[in-house]
Amino acid sequence: MNSYYVQILTVTGINIILAVSLNLVTGFTGQLSLCHATFMGIGAYTATLAALKLGIPFAVALILGAISAALFGFIIGVPTLRLKGDYLAIATLGFGEIMKNILLNLEITGGPMGLRGIPKVTNVYVVYLCVTLVIFSLNRIMHSRVGKSFIAIREDELAAEAMGINTANFKILAFVLGAFYAGLAGGLYAFFFRYINPNNFGFMKSIEILSMVVLGGLGNTYGALLGAAIITVLPEFLRSVSPVIAQYRMVFYGILLVAMMIWRPQGIMGENKVMKRRGQAA
Amino acid sequence: MFAEQILNGLTLGSTYALIALGYTMVYGILELINFAHSEIYMTGAFIGLIMVTVYKMPFPLALIIAMAGSCLLGVTIEKVAYKPLRKSTRIAPLISAIGVSIFLQNAALILAGPQVRAFPVNFKSASIKLGQSIQMSSLQLLILLISIILMVGLHFLIHRTKLGQAMRATAQDKEAAQLMGIKIDRVISFTFAIGSALGGAAGVLVGVYFNSVDPMMGFFPGLKGFVAAVLGGIGNIPGAMLGGLILGIVEVLGAVYMSRYKDAIAFAVLIIILLVKPTGLLGRKLQEKV
Repeated sequence: MNSYYVQILTVTGINIILAVSLNLVTGFTGQLSLCHATFMGIGAYTATLAALKLGIPFAVALILGAISAALFGFIIGVPTLRLKGDYLAIATLGFGEIMKNILLNLEITGGPMGLRGIPKVTNVYVVYLCVTLVIFSLNRIMHSRVGKSFIAIREDELAAEAMGINTANFKILAFVLGAFYAGLAGGLYAFFFRYINPNNFGFMKSIEILSMVVLGGLGNTYGALLGAAIITVLPEFLRSVSPVIAQYRMVFYGILLVAMMIWRPQGIMGENKVMKRRGQAA
Repeated sequence: MFAEQILNGLTLGSTYALIALGYTMVYGILELINFAHSEIYMTGAFIGLIMVTVYKMPFPLALIIAMAGSCLLGVTIEKVAYKPLRKSTRIAPLISAIGVSIFLQNAALILAGPQVRAFPVNFKSASIKLGQSIQMSSLQLLILLISIILMVGLHFLIHRTKLGQAMRATAQDKEAAQLMGIKIDRVISFTFAIGSALGGAAGVLVGVYFNSVDPMMGFFPGLKGFVAAVLGGIGNIPGAMLGGLILGIVEVLGAVYMSRYKDAIAFAVLIIILLVKPTGLLGRKLQEKV
């Protein structure tokens, strides 16, 4: 296969992991997170530094990256998710920007220059092995009591609590799991592109991931997968048609988010009841 | 020196307070974080800039037009992006709000370009001496004065007019208010109009204060306005004013010690309030209704 297509296929795989993990937080549990790319970045930097500076084997470095992202998720999740309301959205918005600031200013992360000379370990097979593992484990989680609790929280937090679900703990768990997978995707990204800098993991990337989930279908793993594929491949296609269109990508995401919420909140795949009208019987 | 820093903090804080009011009023009525508020602030600054540079208007007139423009934008956003979602789950209007914000930010980037523009307003740069060692620039005085006038005006509107009464009733209980003959849709539109006008005014004032306007300028002030609203108690109008002033002072004093991470201070404040007193300084704990 042409190496250009292999690259697109690999990036699609990484984006699929990002989208299905954000879907766990936003789609299944109903908590809007706006720093998914930041967790990806934490994973990427941790894995890279572990491999480059400490000489840790790559597979272990990938997992270390995922764990450190999960740890940060825990630190942000505990104060914001214990509360009712939408504090998570704004807290993650701030956290993402502050982390970018820190990455830009620290010496060990190479500041705005980023980190170079990362060995290329990720290939299309590794990525899709990870995609399979992530989707398999997500399906197992969603079919367990834990997954059902996530959905209960999304549907009605008060009712879930009345049913004996510790909503705060489950919300934090969903958020930490989402961060873990995003950290894994970040490690894969770093070992594929061999160069990372803080701007790869900014707010715009978080919005891109959110757009994938919203387009494909909130609360639907395969919808998120489809959304990731479309939003990765479509800009590449459009770029070959006209480079000007690529400039308008972010404007398009903005319109997409609003339009999908108004006309098709369940996304392309549909069928689930995430966005059912309030006050209707389920 | 210390007193001057406090004064700087108050000036900055009064603009945060103006932004916080928009968040808190909308949250009080719709329980929605209006993410597009930071872009309304940015648009206000741009309208003011265009009025002053292109149409050569005097500053007060430019300020009023910027407020009117922001007001119109805010009401339009509510009608287009939030109103159709009023009955859906919590997360749908939030995502829609983020969409509006992204759209406006990037539309401004395409229209105006990413460069930072100066805001040329000719004020006599006289400084006023307060006591022996404290100096206050006329610009700071102007910003403080305008903010105070706007906030007093808002207080009057909310507590002395029928519209204000309707707003307070709607915030307390939407359905009961509706049964009392209050037109909810109109109240919501007015809330967005007033909040956006204040946000737009803050945009112009900050644009003049720092002499810079750019499409990304709304991001951090928007975030800080929200932190100020939470600090004061979200949904609470005097709280938003108090929260803004406190945040401004904390930030200016904090920046003396850690200037690199100046923007992180507000964020640290947010996490601390959420941990210690999530209802904010003046907020009351509300029981969740079924």
